[in-house]
Amino acid sequence: MPNPIGLGLRALNLVAGLPVIDQLGLRKSTEKLLYRASKTGFAVATGAARQFKATQKRLQPARLDKAARPELFDLTPTDEQEMLREAARSFAIEQLRPAAQAADHDGGAQAELLQQARELGLSLLGVPEAFGGAGGERSAMSNVLVAEALAQGDLGLAVACLAPTAVSTALSLWGDAHQQSTYLPAFTGEHAPVAALAVLESRPLFDPMRLSTTARHAGGGFVVDGAKALVPRAATAELFIVAAMLEGKPALFVVESGARGLSTSPDPAMGLRAAATATLHLDEVTLPATALIAQGAAEVYAECIALSRLAWCAIAVGTSQAVLDYLIPYVNDRVAFGEPISHRQAVAFAVANIGIELEGMRLLTYRAASRMEQGADDAKPIALARRYCIDKSLIVGSDGVQLLGGHGFIKEHPVERWYRDLRAIGVMEGTLLV
Amino acid sequence: MIHLETPKKFRPLVDQAHQVAREIFRANSRKYDRAEHAYPKELDMLASVMDGMDEAGARGGAGASGVRRDAQVSEGNKNGSNLSTCLGIMELCWGDVGLLLAMPRQGLGNSAIASVANEEQLQRFAGRWAAMAITEPGCGSDSANIRTTAVLDGDHYVLNGEKIYVTSGDRADLVVVWATLDRAKGRAAIKSFVVEKGTPGFELVRLEHKLGIRASDTAAFVLKDCRVPRENLLGDPEVNVEKGFAGVMQTFDNTRPLVASMAVGLTRACLEHTAKVLKDAGITVDYDRPALTQNSAAATLLALEADYEAARLLTLQAAWMADNRKPNSLQASMAKAKAGRTCVDVALKCVEICGALGYSEQALLEKWARDAKILDIFEGTQQIQLLIVARRLLGKTSAELK
Repeated sequence: MPNPIGLGLRALNLVAGLPVIDQLGLRKSTEKLLYRASKTGFAVATGAARQFKATQKRLQPARLDKAARPELFDLTPTDEQEMLREAARSFAIEQLRPAAQAADHDGGAQAELLQQARELGLSLLGVPEAFGGAGGERSAMSNVLVAEALAQGDLGLAVACLAPTAVSTALSLWGDAHQQSTYLPAFTGEHAPVAALAVLESRPLFDPMRLSTTARHAGGGFVVDGAKALVPRAATAELFIVAAMLEGKPALFVVESGARGLSTSPDPAMGLRAAATATLHLDEVTLPATALIAQGAAEVYAECIALSRLAWCAIAVGTSQAVLDYLIPYVNDRVAFGEPISHRQAVAFAVANIGIELEGMRLLTYRAASRMEQGADDAKPIALARRYCIDKSLIVGSDGVQLLGGHGFIKEHPVERWYRDLRAIGVMEGTLLV
Repeated sequence: MIHLETPKKFRPLVDQAHQVAREIFRANSRKYDRAEHAYPKELDMLASVMDGMDEAGARGGAGASGVRRDAQVSEGNKNGSNLSTCLGIMELCWGDVGLLLAMPRQGLGNSAIASVANEEQLQRFAGRWAAMAITEPGCGSDSANIRTTAVLDGDHYVLNGEKIYVTSGDRADLVVVWATLDRAKGRAAIKSFVVEKGTPGFELVRLEHKLGIRASDTAAFVLKDCRVPRENLLGDPEVNVEKGFAGVMQTFDNTRPLVASMAVGLTRACLEHTAKVLKDAGITVDYDRPALTQNSAAATLLALEADYEAARLLTLQAAWMADNRKPNSLQASMAKAKAGRTCVDVALKCVEICGALGYSEQALLEKWARDAKILDIFEGTQQIQLLIVARRLLGKTSAELK
């Protein structure tokens, strides 16, 4: 078993060895990312409940630059996006996929694997350079491509890897100077905290605009009361962003794991088991005035929900691609009645339809992402992408099992796991951000 | 950089096409749906205007001139005639699919000529209206199996056979006829021939009565010892078994996204109409709220709009790939399959949502639902597109996956 440093080097090697980096002339910018990654990479894990302290005196929050608005219709990712996607995809296929079944069975990802994911520099992507992040442009599109690529390895593990990034992304996008300087350096520092964005609640027809969890003003701060469902890695998380109703409107609060009245209880589900989902209980939790994000601005909360829906679309695309890639060799190799079952239209057309709907899911997701990052605030493209990804990824998951027949139903093949995981797309709100 | 919006430079063209669709196509939709086989004379003046647009480089027609792949490769991202033509067709078919198909000088035969003709032929047939004759009573999707024969006799090919489902066959000046030089040599021997109307032995036998697109005439022909000048053969006259069907099938790679665009335009018409009908009834879609917390009709409309958006983006992707000289046969078939079935599903569902208002001839929705069906059939049926997609994804030949 390699030690953490060995694993760190392996992750670095994985990125640095990619031919695409040289092809695209990205050696310099990649090295910068890798330098940052190596700085954070070789830490030994410490216990929970750290003290977060503001490390920099800043008057203004730091934000990433917005992406430029292109003139022409284009489906080509930028060179940097291509590099990120390739790095994430190699990690997904080489590291996540082989570890996925055990993580699903164990109800959590191995620590080494999560460490490697961090070393890939994921937590640096959305964070401004001022706090040790990778800087560059703010790009929801880049994050969509990374989430999609990771989910191509495994859905549950992708969620486990990306869950903390949702918190650093939220702080980078909407945190004030105090919140950023208190929490962001930890995400790019020696040992990044486990963190989670908790929006979902346990009730039918959940609507993120109408939460049961409430916050009220008290003693110059807030008191938050309620419970959040299916929070990934909640038991080990040190920092949460929690959605609660404040004066009848949903708002986001930063909650440290040491807060009195905060507790978690395991809530394993049909899928997402690698993400170790749990219920987060907030029992009259007292928060300081500085916990409220963006003064509870409605547009910030709406953007948070939109970006999380987009993230789940990207995840659906990635895992649906995994299903298709798994099916093709199977139906070509599996012989029945004297020929490969793919020679039958009933099988071949099911594969064709997965291919068509998957491409549709991808295009809807990309369009919604590119509109988001160009500052368009209409909800429609995201609503359409979400509807489509929910409906079609479900069919992909189901047909993935169906076309393997009895083999699809047993754990020797990953399709039964993806069947369970893909059901989450229509259930989850919040949790991930792009 | 990924950006999936209509490029600014095509917006004037899209606006123009939209005006045409609203002021001319929609205004005449019901008239020519009722008067099947009557010539929509309103289109003559419009066609002249669009010829002018073509010459000015602002292409927005049915793709007659827009689908030829440019010979030179330019660096970087390109938004060219494939994309602009698709965008134009989407707008025009938001107006009326039948009238678009009836547009003078914008026939599929024009597409075939634009795609595979040599320079001399391009000049000789410029400005003429060309229909396309492939289907025969005994062969549809299996177009490699056609029985119409062409035999070289001196300076002419002598054509014999029967052709059906020739769109604009009555009104066009020319018909591009598919015929085989040698039935024993299979698809490689199939060539396309430009036959002038009025050529002795080329006889129109009937016009069909149809479910939809009634503004467009659909003709059946018999070819009886019809002599066609040998210089009217499009493409390479040699039978090259290696290259096979590629020459004639090239037309389809280029035209599938165009037909998908027709379906996309019709789908949008249905959705906009239904959204308005629902709004009048006090129901709107809230794009922020989860679908399941909304009125069932609103939730249904949301799902239909998502299907529409997938069909639209798949179509634009196929066109963009053609503009950028990327092989797009897979994406073109995906677009055609998705758009074809989506327009039928959406149109029929919209009729249900609108109820009697949707079923009655008082509105155009019932007509769109009838027009829609052909778009999942011609230029390769749904099933043929699925075969193409499946073979590509699975790496199978047509002999393996039949």
